[in-house]
Amino acid sequence: MSKRIEERGYSKGEVLVSTDWVQEHLEDPGIRIAESNEDPLLYIADHIPAAVEIDWTRDLNDPVRRDYLNKPAFERLMCGIGATRDTTIVLYGDKNNWWATYAFWVLQLFGHTQAKIMDGGRVKWLNEKRPLSREVPQYTHTKYESPQRDDNRFRAYRDQVLKHVERKRPLVDVRSPEEYSGERLHMPEYPNEGALRGGHLPGALSIPWGRAINPEDGTFKDATELRRIYSEENKLGPKDDVITYCRIGERSSHTWFVLTNLLGFPKVRNYDGSWTEWGNLVGVPIENPSAEGRREAAA
Amino acid sequence: MKRLPERLDLLVVTLEAFDRSDRIEMLVDMARRLRRVPERIAVRPYPKERLVPGCESEAYMWAEQRPDGTLSYDFAVENPQGISAMALATILADTLSGVSLEEVAAVPADVVYRIFGQELSMGKSLGLMGMVNIVRAAAMRQLQSQTIGELANDLGSVKHK
Repeated sequence: MSKRIEERGYSKGEVLVSTDWVQEHLEDPGIRIAESNEDPLLYIADHIPAAVEIDWTRDLNDPVRRDYLNKPAFERLMCGIGATRDTTIVLYGDKNNWWATYAFWVLQLFGHTQAKIMDGGRVKWLNEKRPLSREVPQYTHTKYESPQRDDNRFRAYRDQVLKHVERKRPLVDVRSPEEYSGERLHMPEYPNEGALRGGHLPGALSIPWGRAINPEDGTFKDATELRRIYSEENKLGPKDDVITYCRIGERSSHTWFVLTNLLGFPKVRNYDGSWTEWGNLVGVPIENPSAEGRREAAA
Repeated sequence: MKRLPERLDLLVVTLEAFDRSDRIEMLVDMARRLRRVPERIAVRPYPKERLVPGCESEAYMWAEQRPDGTLSYDFAVENPQGISAMALATILADTLSGVSLEEVAAVPADVVYRIFGQELSMGKSLGLMGMVNIVRAAAMRQLQSQTIGELANDLGSVKHK
């Protein structure tokens, strides 16, 4: 069983709340609970009572360009869920909170720092047989004034990533080992995963996102265990300028959350273009151990 | 664009006419209607060879021959959070069982985007397309075995002559 959150030694432990805490705050007017999932049917099927849905595609992405929502759209979203700048948004969701941490990361781009993640996500709540509802709550619209989105602190673009590669600064690839090695592009049931080339960014460390999770209940591992994985095993330190990436930026926002909030690394950016951008770019450097292995075998 | 089998086509056209929230409501209702796999077909623990490749919801599929030579399709979805997989399982079982094998084999896997909407994530769509593909593969195998059977019969009748 996982330790209590306050006993786990996190740098910013206040950003993580337990299912008990959420149940105690279901009627707290200063809290807005929000579910964010990969599966668009889950929220409608059932959700935590009083929870709203923040859908990654509908609510957080620009409908035309590959980008996140802009300031007016963010303000509309927050007004619509009845939040003010002072409301604490508590996020949870499926897939061990991939999409919840993604939404959390987008909130940070707009400086909404009053945000928390429910440890263990949707599955933990369900497994504990806590109350569920099918009712979609309606909240009185608020007036929400947001600053402009600031992409400098927590977001990395491809040109910045290229410079990062050239400077040999730390990159964390959080995809599966098969995706990292380039092997996965050759499995027939996974046709290219949206990228023309397989492999990883040169010099990237392979630390699959799931290593930060306790498999038995989906909670985050404690700080000692996280430091063992990221710092002792992979030599990442709080002074490092780190970029995380995956395929579209959702799994890497999970690792970004771990490094930034649970371990307190001050400079971590998420490259949301990730492999679906890098693996399709012309002329950028790639390491692909699988292709190199095949080439050597053929020689 | 090739027309889908009639019942599937009707359902897809209906879903496409709905707005996002009505479509999701309808799909959730379908997920709740997923019928249990008959015990004469399979009992837990289900054999791994019936597992749909690439589907994270742990979906299993069985195809049973009907008297008219077509197939009935049954699914089990073992992940209780696999609501989309359950909805698609209901759709495939309801609309493709008893349909000609040629029509089933020709159903495009990307029909999942017409059912669930274009906003499906890559991971989710791969798993759902895997469910369509496993049904198509079963229909193709059945077609091949029927063709081989007919050829063998033809050869047998030639010999007798």
